[in-house]
Amino acid sequence: MNTEKSSRDMMRLGNKEFSSRFILGSGKYSLDLITAAVRQGGAEMITLALRRANAGGKENILDYLPPGITILPNTSGARDAQEAVRIARLARAMGCGDFIKVEVIADTRFLLPDNRETVKATELLAAEGFVVLPYMYPDLQTARELVDAGAAAVMPLGAPIGSNKGLCTKEFIQLLIDEIELPVIVDAGIGRPSQACEAMEMGAAAVMVNTAIATATDVPAMAGAFRAAVLAGRSAYLAKLGRVLDRGAAASSPLTGFLHTEGV
Amino acid sequence: MGQITANKKNPMVYLPGMEVLESNMLEQVLTLSAGIDWEKYEAADVEQALRQERLTLADFKALLSPAAEPFLEDMASVAQRRTCDFFGNSIYMFTPLYLANYCENHCVYCGFNCQTAIKRARLNEAEIEREMQTIAATGLEEILLLTGESPSMSDVSYIGRACQLARKYFRVIGLEVYPMNSDEYAYLHRCGADYVTVFQETYNPEIYEKLHLAGRKRIFPYRFYAQERALKGGMRGVGFGALLGLGDFRQDAFATGLHAQLLHKKRPQAEIALSCPRLRPTLYQPGENPGGVSEAQLLQVLLAYRLFLPMANITVSTRERASVRDQFVRLGATKISAGVCVGIGGHNGEAESKGDEQFSIADPRSVSAVYEALQGGGLQPVMSDSLYL
Repeated sequence: MNTEKSSRDMMRLGNKEFSSRFILGSGKYSLDLITAAVRQGGAEMITLALRRANAGGKENILDYLPPGITILPNTSGARDAQEAVRIARLARAMGCGDFIKVEVIADTRFLLPDNRETVKATELLAAEGFVVLPYMYPDLQTARELVDAGAAAVMPLGAPIGSNKGLCTKEFIQLLIDEIELPVIVDAGIGRPSQACEAMEMGAAAVMVNTAIATATDVPAMAGAFRAAVLAGRSAYLAKLGRVLDRGAAASSPLTGFLHTEGV
Repeated sequence: MGQITANKKNPMVYLPGMEVLESNMLEQVLTLSAGIDWEKYEAADVEQALRQERLTLADFKALLSPAAEPFLEDMASVAQRRTCDFFGNSIYMFTPLYLANYCENHCVYCGFNCQTAIKRARLNEAEIEREMQTIAATGLEEILLLTGESPSMSDVSYIGRACQLARKYFRVIGLEVYPMNSDEYAYLHRCGADYVTVFQETYNPEIYEKLHLAGRKRIFPYRFYAQERALKGGMRGVGFGALLGLGDFRQDAFATGLHAQLLHKKRPQAEIALSCPRLRPTLYQPGENPGGVSEAQLLQVLLAYRLFLPMANITVSTRERASVRDQFVRLGATKISAGVCVGIGGHNGEAESKGDEQFSIADPRSVSAVYEALQGGGLQPVMSDSLYL
């Protein structure tokens, strides 16, 4: 069984490799719990809403992040590509690195992403050397455009942010996993560890979770549960690879081998 | 200011210079909120509403009706979960800064009205900046700037200058000033403001006409469309509210929610906020509870707002006592003010404000005290949740 520490199974994004395929969202936490959640969840990357971060402010999330964690700033609050670009540049200027999650919301009622502006922002930011992870509505054509735009991954939503409804868009996420060469990171809507496990079993490269952990009764324990679920799902996905290869090769025909090869 | 005689202008007719938007939203709100028979809603309607993820207008009405009063505990439980789903345990903190209390309106219930002999004042730039420095030193990053309605004493350029000064000290700037045209909102947005709140006070035009005797505020539709003009001017978010107790609080709460919902559907990128101020004792509204809206009914409105518009920020006013506010933020309110002074000046520790206050506040706690109370309640105080771009 592959372990998360196996060098064959590292997740590569930009110029970094991650052994953990569990990314923690940070929008809804008590700050004192973030450290515990990171440790229990084993996350190596955590998102950061620039609109919340204020270095030197009274409560700055940056002060609560353990060392060695990759910060993934997001552009939440951006209403269009230009605002997303501005936020990304601010993040870089604050020392948050080159990773950026593009989040351009077209509708604050449901927090659904604006795919068109997301593609525009991705293209602009990739050209500026950012490692762009765009949050998107799982549409295959948009995903292709994001590949062309220079995205480092695609982040399709499973369900609306905060809904905890799981993989409502499962069929469309599977299309992305099957057709797009980039890592597919399922973001938004995952409400239970079992749903994270399912996403990983499907072949998602990683999952991102915020609400389900932040609103749990025992935040660190739930982070640990998600860690285990992501490992289990990834292991199951890798264990299926043997059958996929056999399906493709079709070396033998046990069901139809009785047929004569010529003549009658 | 000299006395302004009630001019008996038709409150439905715009004054010269007032921008008119082509919209039938006002008619929709008035039609749908008129003549509601609150007594027809039953327990079954309330239970049905509490099971819905997305409430219909009928569900919203059921939750505002008398039939919902025995269900406050259930409403609170559902509202708490919904709030948690969308906001986690975040509670946003801010404070108001009253820049000036000159006012040319005659609103019969208001401590600032033009007929009242109060100490009038307007902060100059140096005073504004001193107030802002004092407020910023408490750790707050969001400020709400207020004025009375006096385009001569607190004109748009004065407010704009205050926004520019606020940009030096605060990350988020909101305005609760007199309604203006979209180009004026655009100017104030360029100066640094992102949010505009306007209370309709009451959505009942007959009552509104009796309460607003003179001044630009008398014009009902111009006030109603303020939020839409603000968004047209580039503001990021808008706030709605009725002063509960001026009219039928259920009708006003319903109309407030409906107004916010309709505008949000028209402008889905906008951030929407609600307040539920309750009429409290003033010079013109004496007595312990002048509007007749009890704390339980206020909570009912708050919870109904949360369930009807789960994404909306909901503010709980300093008109309410500290222990009530501390509970409301656990049940559906997501925004709370602290370190409040509703006079003109007064944040710098002077014995008296330069100008008299609009109403009496019931929760005078400092920023630190409110901050600690929130943390003690298992909540996460958030100082700013927006970027001015």
